[in-house]
Amino acid sequence: MSDAPLYGVMAEFDEPEHFLAAIRRTRAAGYEHMDAYSPNPLEGLDEAMQLSKSPVSRIVLIGALTGAFTGFFLQYYAAALDFPINVGGRPLNSWVSFIPITFELTVLFACLSALGFGVLGLNGLPQPYHPVFNVPQFGRASRDRFFVCIESKDAQFDAADARRFLEGLDPLGVYDVLE
Amino acid sequence: MPDSIEELSRIEDLLPVVEPGVTPAGLTDQIADITLKHPNTKTWLLFVALATVGLGALTAGFAALLLRGVGVWGIDIPVGWGIDIASFVWWIGIGHAGTLISAILLLLHQGWRNSINRFAEAMTLFAVMCAGMYPLAHLGRPYLFYWLLPYPNNMSVWPQFRSPLVWDVFAVSTYFTVSLIFWYSALIPDFATLRDKATRRSHQYVYGILSLGWRGSARHWQNFESAYLLLAGFATPLVLSVHTVVSFDFAVAIVPGWHSSIFPPYFVAGAIYSGFAMVVMLAVPVRKIWHLENVITMRHLDNAAKVILATGLIVDYGYLMEAFMSWYGADTYDSYMMYNRMTGPYNPVFWAVIIINVVGVQALWFKSVRRNVLALWVMSWVIQTAMWFERYMIIISSLHRDYLPRSWGMYSATVYDWLVFCGSWGLFLFCFLLFLRYVPMITMFEMRQTAHKAASTGGYA
Repeated sequence: MSDAPLYGVMAEFDEPEHFLAAIRRTRAAGYEHMDAYSPNPLEGLDEAMQLSKSPVSRIVLIGALTGAFTGFFLQYYAAALDFPINVGGRPLNSWVSFIPITFELTVLFACLSALGFGVLGLNGLPQPYHPVFNVPQFGRASRDRFFVCIESKDAQFDAADARRFLEGLDPLGVYDVLE
Repeated sequence: MPDSIEELSRIEDLLPVVEPGVTPAGLTDQIADITLKHPNTKTWLLFVALATVGLGALTAGFAALLLRGVGVWGIDIPVGWGIDIASFVWWIGIGHAGTLISAILLLLHQGWRNSINRFAEAMTLFAVMCAGMYPLAHLGRPYLFYWLLPYPNNMSVWPQFRSPLVWDVFAVSTYFTVSLIFWYSALIPDFATLRDKATRRSHQYVYGILSLGWRGSARHWQNFESAYLLLAGFATPLVLSVHTVVSFDFAVAIVPGWHSSIFPPYFVAGAIYSGFAMVVMLAVPVRKIWHLENVITMRHLDNAAKVILATGLIVDYGYLMEAFMSWYGADTYDSYMMYNRMTGPYNPVFWAVIIINVVGVQALWFKSVRRNVLALWVMSWVIQTAMWFERYMIIISSLHRDYLPRSWGMYSATVYDWLVFCGSWGLFLFCFLLFLRYVPMITMFEMRQTAHKAASTGGYA
């Protein structure tokens, strides 16, 4: 285990405000490849991490439009193209009665794309293995502790420097994360 | 102007959302330990035994139905839809409160919803399951259910897309799928908590797989929150559309008592009304047995009671308008329908509905009733029963006497109807009990935020 290459160096915090300040300072120090782990969504986390806007809403919009088109075309095709029945000269494309199913499929496709891309795809889930779980203390990242990790692939990464920098942020502890 | 949440809450006479002393870590341990350590196994097993009896009834009811056909039920002409369709509408209505709590109240920034949304959503899922089996069984040939779906087939025919019954297939199946997506998405971070806290190997494996490798990174949360909000945004009109479509099953027909344009809003309000009654019915014993009084507080029961009152009044308006239109419309058949409801052979059902849903519900104006756990719990059972009666009234008393006195008739449910009805309770209870034991029944990651906020405001969030 000890021969495994270093994935990064990680610091542990117990207060959200302290954690956000630590992220800001890590960003300010010029570290590009870093990540922050929190047990719950946190106001200000996106700004502190300088994350760009999530593309989820655009993807879901595309999903919704696809659903609307599919829903309407499905009914139009069945009622007007594939099996037209003349009922007393009533219009074949009776679009008013196609609205409920068009709406339902809009919602269905939008929600499937929100799950498929928003919750899973963009987050790289399901992911069976990730190095951060090699740190025993990381188990509390899903309970009440906050973690900042500087990754070794960062251009200016130096294990000793990164460790010294994180220790300067006054964390509860600093740990090596092995691959 | 009040300058703090605490002061504002005192002025508006609100109760705390969580009891003092609830911390993010303590709360996580409290909820996770229920799933990981299984306290109260004996009480749980007792309820499971009860649910198993129900499942037995369901099996017996369905076995008879599959062997001999829908003729074993009390349905005949003119009453072709009996208590099975009444129970379908009733169950699906119950489900609606779960989506209201999880989606609509999220969009309205009602932080108090965080303690009850998980189990309300579970209630939705299981109620929709119970609802869904009725129309399937009602098909007569349930094994041909896939004929309802549009697929290219060698008969070259399509479902009739202009029929509300086909809309219903799409509405209910979309509703189930979306509720499941919404529920599971919010469960991923909580399963991750269980994975990290589990000490038993089997728990680590199962919750590890269910959590899909969630690690709570900033990027995860950003995408998750965006997706979660969008899901809520889509679930909100969806929930309104589902009961609207269910009401179209009736309103589009020309039967007196069904053919009414007030049905969609009246049905949706009735759905939320009975759904919140179900939330109270479940929340009261659950918070008692698993000692969750500190997170499911009187505030939640009080708010649920207020929603019951508000939606109950909308339902009352629906009753009033139905009666008014029957009189004002001066249509012989429609006015006879209303007269028959009030004085005909099924009049006890009508008067029970009026006494409970119009008169009885007014008790919830009083704070002393809303904040009395036992009174509220009993009321929620009574309301739930009245809402079942209401669907019985709408379906059966409308069908049994329509245009031609020559084709009038009476309906009574048979033992097989009741077996399936009791069985649906068994199925609901069984699924709900499995949920209480193996899935965190309160959304831990949302409650950690609530607890954090509450720590600085004395329990208000």
